[in-house]
Amino acid sequence: MNIWQIVSQIFPYAIILTMPLLITALGGLFSERSGVVNIGLEGLMVVGFFASAIVIKGLESSLDAAAIPIGLLAGMAAGAIFSLLHAFASINLNANQVISGTAINMMAGAITVYLARTITGSGNISIRIGVIRHTIPVLSKIPIIGPLIFTQTYWTTWIILLIVLISWFVLYKTSFGLRLRACGEHPSSAASAGVNVYRMRYIGVMISGAFAGLGGAIILVTYSGEFNGSVAGLGFLSLAALIFGQWKPLGVLGATFFFGFAMTVANVSQVVPELAVIPPLILKVFPYVVTLVALVLFSKTSQAPKAAGQPYYPGQG
Amino acid sequence: MKKNSAFIIAISAVVLGLIAGSILMLSIGSNPLEGYSYLFKGGLMSIERIGNTIATAITLTLTGLSVAFAFKTGLFNIGAAGQMLMGGLCSTMVALTVTAPRPILLFLIILAGFTGGALWGAVPGLLKAKFNVHEVVATIMMNWIAYWVVYYVVPAYFKGMYLETESRLIPMSASLKAPWLDALFNGSYINIGIFIALIAVVIIQIILKKTTLGFELKAVGFNRDAAEYAGIKVNRNIVLSMIIAGSLAGLAGTTFYTGYASNMQIGVLPNQGFDGIAVALLGATEPWGVFASALFFGLLHSGKGFMNAMTRIPPEISDTIIATIIYFTATSVLIGRIWSFFNRRQKRKNDTKIINLDSGSDSDSEEEEK
Repeated sequence: MNIWQIVSQIFPYAIILTMPLLITALGGLFSERSGVVNIGLEGLMVVGFFASAIVIKGLESSLDAAAIPIGLLAGMAAGAIFSLLHAFASINLNANQVISGTAINMMAGAITVYLARTITGSGNISIRIGVIRHTIPVLSKIPIIGPLIFTQTYWTTWIILLIVLISWFVLYKTSFGLRLRACGEHPSSAASAGVNVYRMRYIGVMISGAFAGLGGAIILVTYSGEFNGSVAGLGFLSLAALIFGQWKPLGVLGATFFFGFAMTVANVSQVVPELAVIPPLILKVFPYVVTLVALVLFSKTSQAPKAAGQPYYPGQG
Repeated sequence: MKKNSAFIIAISAVVLGLIAGSILMLSIGSNPLEGYSYLFKGGLMSIERIGNTIATAITLTLTGLSVAFAFKTGLFNIGAAGQMLMGGLCSTMVALTVTAPRPILLFLIILAGFTGGALWGAVPGLLKAKFNVHEVVATIMMNWIAYWVVYYVVPAYFKGMYLETESRLIPMSASLKAPWLDALFNGSYINIGIFIALIAVVIIQIILKKTTLGFELKAVGFNRDAAEYAGIKVNRNIVLSMIIAGSLAGLAGTTFYTGYASNMQIGVLPNQGFDGIAVALLGATEPWGVFASALFFGLLHSGKGFMNAMTRIPPEISDTIIATIIYFTATSVLIGRIWSFFNRRQKRKNDTKIINLDSGSDSDSEEEEK
């Protein structure tokens, strides 16, 4: 097998693994850009994972494939509602956002399994249906990118890419985006310009909850098919991608794809002889190590929102 | 006065956590009183079960101390889980490979855990001191690096007899379990880790209260710039604080993997690392407070199995209660507001009485909080 064959074979898998990371990291971007650090992404993903599993399991026998979009929406809604806990603590009560986020992670993992155990007995919820993969006509015939990007794709992938595009537009081309970013950089200036900082931050955190919930739901309907109470660190990996992507939508896109590709290579390296020479440990820790390295390299010029993690007190200079 | 309010916040958070637990029990049609009585019985009703509660508290004390100690220097060690894994891995490696007389072997095992955790804490400390990398992010990354290191090192070098996903059992001679303690507690999981935990509590108490090092660490925690101005080497103290915090979490790994358990499972980031945050906060980051709250959380964990066996309540209720307690300690402002709300109402009632007595006066116009 030559390199091209290997790449074209693992590329579709890399895209699949990238999508939950991408949407979750993008959610984190909204939260942090509005000034609220959200390390609860992992837990919010679990909540979305759980809610979509419950809803799809309940509807799949009557609605069949139509249950999937409803399940995805349920995951988003559950994530957004759960994120209110974090929003209330960080925005209204000036709580330590890292502690609150940690509480979100622990609570999500415990409550969802608690409920799942009561519902199914085992704590796992498996669904019968999943998103079906399509090869897009015409576009898949384009040399090079055709086989890489347009074959065997999930429709959810296109939705997420569309959300990324819209997010970029909203953040940089609308006054809403400008206001949101201002709240993360200098909330008192934003407030003196008439922006409701509390409201903006609530919106930021709830978007992060909805997107992370969607990320969890995407895991369910694309490659997992079963809720098991954990997303195995993907939420933290998204957080790493957010930092590695320097809090910018396109940076996050690049970082998550980079991580998704590394994960895929690590997963398949045992069956592809050419890749077996790289120890899987190196590939698995790679995203975390490069994030640490990136933090060191960017430490002087970090693009982190300046007010992220700091409570906002009205009237404070 | 300040100690008093920390105590009130802790108690309020516990009560709110237990209330949240009751709501969850009610939501699945179980009786909370019955649930809690089995939960506490499960942790306390026999000598053996008390021993198990203490055994669970050993690890939590050490991770709690780790988080609390870093807090004193103004650092948030969210990486206790990873440090615990590395400490546990180093201890397990020594336990499975070194042959030596038991006292020396135990010393080496403990030293290995201490060193493993210290190294894992040193990295975020150095990154913070040298490059101003936020320790929260750095310790999260270190957690997952530790997770994958264990994931691949254990099956590659210390594979278990039957399962790929765990290490070989460590021999009794290399375990922190001691026959005389077993006999004392009717064969519970308790082990000599309890002495490690108690010694650690005392040493940390001394470091913080009686030494220049402790004074400097706290000064850095209070105000980094002021400490710098006063001639304290801030960066050195940050690194030192993370090394000590890491080594405490490393010891937690030693007590857990070579004391409570007898081997290492792969693919698990130990919950005790995150519970340590709850333990530290509930204990108001004071060493003895940490020990007390570790005992309480140990009770919640060790009783849940019995509760689950006697009722339909899933064991995850304990984790939910702990998570809720963390949430409420983080939002202590809320508890403060609720208390001052009640105080004011009480005061207003008293005031009205006074007003009624000597008719007319303007009170109740005071502002709460900042």
